[in-house]
Amino acid sequence: MNGINKNKNKYTLTRKEERAIIRENRKMMRHFEKLKKRKNVSESEYLTQMRDPNNLVEFDDLHTYFYTDIGTVKAVDGVSFEIPKGSTVGVVGESGCGKSVTSLSLMQLVQAPQGQVVKGSIRFNAGDKCYDIVKMPTEAMRKIRGKDISMIFQEPMTSLNPVFTIGSQIDEVILLHLEGYTKKQAKEKSIEMLKRVGIARPEAVYDSYPHELSGGMRQRVMIAIALACEPKLIIADEPTTALDVTIQAQILDLLREIKHKTNSSIMLITHDLGVVAEMADYVVVMYAGRIIEKGTVNDIFLDPKHPYTIGLMKSKPVVNKVVDRLYSIPGQVPNPINMPNYCYFRDRCDRRFDKCAGDYPPLYKISDTHYAACYLCDKSKEAQ
Amino acid sequence: MDNTIKTNDTQYCLQVKNLKKYFTIGKTFFGTPNQFLKAVDDVSFDIEKGTTLGLVGESGCGKTTVGRSILRLHEITDGQIIFNGVDITKLKHEELRRLRPKMQLIFQDPYSSLSPRMNVGEIIGEAVKAHRIVPRSEYKDYVLGVMQNCGLRPQYFDRYPHEFSGGQRQRICIARALALKPEFIVCDEPVSALDVSIQAQIINLLKDLQDQYKFSYLFISHDLSVVEYISHKVGVMYLGNIVEMGTKEQIFKNPMHPYTKALLSAVPVPDPTVKMNRIILQGDLPSPANPPKGCKFCTRCPNCMDICKEVPPVYKEYEKGHKVACHLYPQD
Repeated sequence: MNGINKNKNKYTLTRKEERAIIRENRKMMRHFEKLKKRKNVSESEYLTQMRDPNNLVEFDDLHTYFYTDIGTVKAVDGVSFEIPKGSTVGVVGESGCGKSVTSLSLMQLVQAPQGQVVKGSIRFNAGDKCYDIVKMPTEAMRKIRGKDISMIFQEPMTSLNPVFTIGSQIDEVILLHLEGYTKKQAKEKSIEMLKRVGIARPEAVYDSYPHELSGGMRQRVMIAIALACEPKLIIADEPTTALDVTIQAQILDLLREIKHKTNSSIMLITHDLGVVAEMADYVVVMYAGRIIEKGTVNDIFLDPKHPYTIGLMKSKPVVNKVVDRLYSIPGQVPNPINMPNYCYFRDRCDRRFDKCAGDYPPLYKISDTHYAACYLCDKSKEAQ
Repeated sequence: MDNTIKTNDTQYCLQVKNLKKYFTIGKTFFGTPNQFLKAVDDVSFDIEKGTTLGLVGESGCGKTTVGRSILRLHEITDGQIIFNGVDITKLKHEELRRLRPKMQLIFQDPYSSLSPRMNVGEIIGEAVKAHRIVPRSEYKDYVLGVMQNCGLRPQYFDRYPHEFSGGQRQRICIARALALKPEFIVCDEPVSALDVSIQAQIINLLKDLQDQYKFSYLFISHDLSVVEYISHKVGVMYLGNIVEMGTKEQIFKNPMHPYTKALLSAVPVPDPTVKMNRIILQGDLPSPANPPKGCKFCTRCPNCMDICKEVPPVYKEYEKGHKVACHLYPQD
């Protein structure tokens, strides 16, 4: 048949190339794993200074790579943003854009050994001291993880252990991280936590197993576990994606209420623009491992600058807003192994011009809070 | 034949009358079923030719069961399904087989609904061969034509599903359904597993194909904004019943049932300046194996009255084409 030819996949590797990649990967992975497993590291090695003491977390030029057998995937490639104290930062993007990997890097939970933080720093403000999480060995990280930073995962169905009761899973966190708690006191605190997240019969739920609860209830239990040690930062990784709209409304309401009561910060990772608009103070939009736009909610939603952000907003149908035809961004995200060296969005962009074929655009400042990585925002050139 | 009822309403592609589907969850010692899960309990609707009916509801409300029952993938307990004037509920195996190409299904998860061992051409062409849609000699050209219609390049013909992204796979699923020249397609959450920008591509494709071939869709989804965009009529389901049904405008501009109102207000709006008066429903969906007496929504309803706990409300027409089952409105 004419017109159909067995096109050889562009990314097919020969056995020799593959072996070279694997050898190189093993070297890199061994290097990074050794750094993480050091024992008896003095604290001074990972102490640092915050750029602004009002920030809780500062990501600075973070690079997280995955060394796979077919090449290096730059899942997070130079991401910098801040989480101010007591605010909610929404990280938006499509699947595979690196938003989850950013949060996992902060928790040091990136799938090791193939996934490694290669460059950059994550500064965490723990009150009187500041730590650089990238430099911290695993041993030291264990004291922070779950206590100062806790995480709510996407799948409430799979993130609870099915063979332990709800109670023992909350107790575990309390006994591990808070000093001076006896088992009895831990139980009292667990029940109090369950009550706080709006579970009607906390004593009965304490003794039940995860399979006996509905999805919304399980997500509440997850939130109770995350809150048990009164963390400074809660990372919510798609907390409502697996839930129904009515349950989603309940959970978002709960998160908002908790934030007001405890004055902790929330890093909210989601692909739902509606959820972000409602919850977040600041928004970070990611595409293919990089930040393409960041700003306050009003900056991003009322005055989006990057063509990808604009396209994303236009392609989502909104209730009670009539459109003839949905806008759709043509094409797909580029292959993560062979990224182009020009703007990653250029091939899908409807406003590209000559300059886009050049280097990857830097983040241009639009206002004090609003930044976008697009040559269209380059005011200095236009003025000339 | 006695089971083919010719009706006069030729404008309807599909009419569903009092559809019931009970699953057996308990048996007596002798094996007689005595406990039932009423997944679909007395559901009626009809779909005009070339239009889309959107079916919304929370997970576990029975919307997927409705879709599968219509295609007779489930043996229904009671009721009538009239497709193009023919009652298909009692059709025998051979007659049903002849009908199959006319009714197709697009599944939710494009990752698990494609066989990993077949290439794209085989996936799309298998049913074309089985049902002899086109003569052998034209088979390959026909499949390539269908692929082109769905935005798939001809060189994909020999590739395997794992080489494609989610959006492309969903296009393959759509092409597979389309290849049989159906008149009616059940879309069971076709875009839930996809990203926003890919979602828009697939929804536009489904709409374009409808304009081109005049299909009728039953569009099952929990995403109200997508349903509003694609549907002509919308039905809202709760625990196996349709609680409200009407045209798109009636449901979204003038929702009458408290559940519809709560569902609409729960959808987050991507605009930070809008502060909504949200109706937050308390509690979870009750177990369908043991639904509440009276109105099934009474345990979570913000406007619950005494009568709601005792008497199930009548499903009644209040405007032209706008039916509601709720005690807040006159019952007789």
